[in-house]
Amino acid sequence: MSNAKRHQGHDAALIAVVAVVVAALSILPMFRLGMEIIAPQGRFSTSALQSALSSSSTWIATWHSLQVGIGGTLLAVLLGTSVALLVSLTDIRLRSAFVLLFVAPLLIAPQVTALAWLQLFGPASPFLKLIGLAPPLGSRNPLYSTEGIILLLGVQYGPLVFLIVRAGLRKLPRELVEAGLSSGAGKWTVLRTIILPLMTPSIIGATALAFVSCVGNFGIPAFLGIPANYLVLPTLIYQRLAGAGPSVLSEVAVLSMLIGIIAMAGILAQDYTARRRDYRIVSTSMPAAPFALGCRRVAVEATMWLLILVMLVLPLLGLLLTALVPAYGVPLNLKTATSGNFKFILFEHGAASRAFANSIGLSLAAAIFAVVLAVPLGYLITWRERWWTKFLNLSAELPYALPGVVLAIASLLLFLKPVPVIGLQIYNTIWIILYAYLARFLVLALRPTITGLHQIDRALEEAAQVAGAGLMRRLRTIIFPLVAPATLAGGVLIFMTAFSELTVSALLWASGSETIGVVIFSFEQGGDSSYAAAISVLVVAITFILMLTTNIFARYLPSGVLPWRD
Amino acid sequence: MAGLKINNVTKHFNDFTALSDVSLDVADGEFVAVLGPSGCGKTTLLRLVAGFEQLDKGEIVIGGKVMSGAGANVPPENRRVGIVFQNYALWPHMTVAENVGYSLKVAKVDRAAREKRVEEALALVNLQGFGERRPANLSGGQRQRVALARCLVAAPSLVLFDEPLANLDVHLRAAMEDEFAAFHKRTGTTIIYITHDQAEAMALADRIAVLDHGRLAQFATPRTLYEEPANEMVASFIAGGMVLPADVLSGARDGSCNVRILGQETVLRCRPDEVARSDAKVCVRADDLDVVESGGIAIRVKRSIYRGGGSRIEAFPVERPDIDLHFDLPDPARLEEGAEARLAIRTGWVIPRAEGAGH
Ligand SMILES: Nc1ncnc2c1ncn2[C@@H]1O[C@H](COP(=O)(O)OP(=O)(O)O)[C@@H](O)[C@H]1O
Ligand SMILES: [Mg+2]
Repeated sequence: MSNAKRHQGHDAALIAVVAVVVAALSILPMFRLGMEIIAPQGRFSTSALQSALSSSSTWIATWHSLQVGIGGTLLAVLLGTSVALLVSLTDIRLRSAFVLLFVAPLLIAPQVTALAWLQLFGPASPFLKLIGLAPPLGSRNPLYSTEGIILLLGVQYGPLVFLIVRAGLRKLPRELVEAGLSSGAGKWTVLRTIILPLMTPSIIGATALAFVSCVGNFGIPAFLGIPANYLVLPTLIYQRLAGAGPSVLSEVAVLSMLIGIIAMAGILAQDYTARRRDYRIVSTSMPAAPFALGCRRVAVEATMWLLILVMLVLPLLGLLLTALVPAYGVPLNLKTATSGNFKFILFEHGAASRAFANSIGLSLAAAIFAVVLAVPLGYLITWRERWWTKFLNLSAELPYALPGVVLAIASLLLFLKPVPVIGLQIYNTIWIILYAYLARFLVLALRPTITGLHQIDRALEEAAQVAGAGLMRRLRTIIFPLVAPATLAGGVLIFMTAFSELTVSALLWASGSETIGVVIFSFEQGGDSSYAAAISVLVVAITFILMLTTNIFARYLPSGVLPWRD
Repeated sequence: MAGLKINNVTKHFNDFTALSDVSLDVADGEFVAVLGPSGCGKTTLLRLVAGFEQLDKGEIVIGGKVMSGAGANVPPENRRVGIVFQNYALWPHMTVAENVGYSLKVAKVDRAAREKRVEEALALVNLQGFGERRPANLSGGQRQRVALARCLVAAPSLVLFDEPLANLDVHLRAAMEDEFAAFHKRTGTTIIYITHDQAEAMALADRIAVLDHGRLAQFATPRTLYEEPANEMVASFIAGGMVLPADVLSGARDGSCNVRILGQETVLRCRPDEVARSDAKVCVRADDLDVVESGGIAIRVKRSIYRGGGSRIEAFPVERPDIDLHFDLPDPARLEEGAEARLAIRTGWVIPRAEGAGH
């Protein structure tokens, strides 16, 4: 009986530890943020609220956020949905290679995307110079504009929409399509009257997610908007904090709340529309047979690969060429090309080489922490379902669902003063970035773990239980080995995302705790595009190597865990 | 070894009552089958005994120790019961030997002893030399054997089987049935065996508990269940019994009484306390019906299904078209659809008046 008590003690201890950690990473910062808005600096007052909301720059930035948010979302939905339809419903060839490349922009940090496109179209573009199309030096880069931001947001998040709609299309039972065709409807009619209506839940969900991502994006409006003095809420917050320091924290807390509200509005609108249309597909049968494109196939394929060329290959080429240019505006040829930029950022520039070490450490720590916590957390959420486990799941989602600026401001507020009782001071150190990363990226390992657990027969755990194994042992010897592939894939995703992260670290970094994202941003702001490009090239290379390496292990993974694998 | 007492157990899932007031008293070393249609609560009962679900009322006692009940709830890992799961639940990331040896490892049995016992367990299920294989590389029958070995290696006092043969083809089933019977004989372990297959239950079990919509319909030996069903559900569920309205004309004498069924008078078996009454039901089976030239009940044939060597005839009494009858007609005799014939009831059982289940 004492044995039984000990087991139950372990159970309770595990639940308590997991709950406390999740609360500390999610509820606590959000609560602190909320407190700051109603009671700035600890006293109830509406002064911060008033001063933030009465400033015209606030409303201009809000308007801009909505503008690029809606524009970027529309473009992303259009792009992602049409590509998903083509990939899923037609007989194009080289499907998985195409998907791998089409999804890649999602894994490349927004600021790297922005930099790459800027290099491609700018007056100093080595690429345009190579083909003799460069505008004169000193002319304005066309991407420094609202349209430019919308275009890049569309390119960045089109793949996100693609993934969701594609997953929906995979579940479309072929009988529904075949029933339509055999009642005499043509392919277009079937697409319009059967497939698209059935896909509305996926498309709506994807739209909401794209909107939240566009509104919360920092890298693209920072690179394209700040030079044109076109500010959205995240960049406004950044400028305020960079200019005036912590004294404006109460005010920027209000601004971050505004973004939070806009993002939430998107999610709630999606929830509302999704609930009014219940198109649940019941059967799980074979996917529909692809429509033959016939003689148009080659043309469609050519268009799709052209898309890859424009969306991925050319910008990255632009990036690479810029990284090889010795100085701004110098035309690139075999004689002038140099590896000096790479040498400089890796070995000579202190902050840059420090940033590599910092980012590698931070993303490794975030990935390992998330993997370790995701397994017991996912286990509680899926296999120990109680009324409060749903709440645990929501809490873990929150720091990722809300724009990164919100979490960054919340972390600043939380750690501006030393932690009470223990007196720990992590403000202006790398540890505050680590805290925010742990909070933000946990869910990227949690989601695949939950997917994985849902696909595992619970009897496997029960068999271990009747064999006498306690909870800790079951987690270690049965549950972890079974979900490990999915969880580790989530860990890789975290590493890739955190490695070149900018939104959170732009607000939290200090001298000594620079991240790669921050260094790219600083170089670009200081006009050293070649250095920024050199770092970006390395980041992209590492990302691709990781993608391809994980692909090798893909057959051990539940489907849908690796976004880039079709 | 341990007996199992299930006392007045009730289990709700939200509003749904999965089990209601179920009591079973299983003797030490007994082989008990739990039989019932799909969804009647068999798995729920087994999970309650194993400790995976918590009961709402009643108690479960294993080997004289209260495992579930007011104030007590021993977690599954401390109950020392073994389970053979329907889909085997073998751990795919372990070898056969690791699967089988897991509970010994948990119990900190030293390596040499563990290996020896794993070896013995595998030998018992005829899987010598399979230790290094992975479950994925085994056939369905072999996986079932591994599951059995994994269960018996810990010498549990009580073994639970949840429809262990449901996923196997017909030939393997017969072989595994023999294997289970041999396992029981050899180890003398108390066994609770869940199935929806009557033939399986009858062949294996000392006693069968029939569940119906979460209630215990009857708990008795296979022979009693067949010959003396306690209520209409058991009567019609077991071996396709027909439940017919009847008047009992006399009280029981020497275990039988006079009965009038559909106008025909006959003598049926009954309980010793049976009394004359007019609202009785009786249970007859296809074997108890004979086609006769005169007398008996006038019937009309609805359908004739050729069964090889004879036909199954479905018919109804001319006077009572709402009652379904069926019986077997050996070749060469034939009855076409719409034909009329006469049936005599040779024997049958008077279903006792409604009361609690069991004897
Ligand atoms: N965890 C659960 N939650 C809700 N209902 C359940 C749960 N488990 C079983 N049930 C319901 O209880 C009933 C009995 O289920 P079960 O014991 O699995 O039946 P059987 O094994 O006899 O087929 C079914 O109607 C089932 O839907
Ligand atoms: Mg069942």
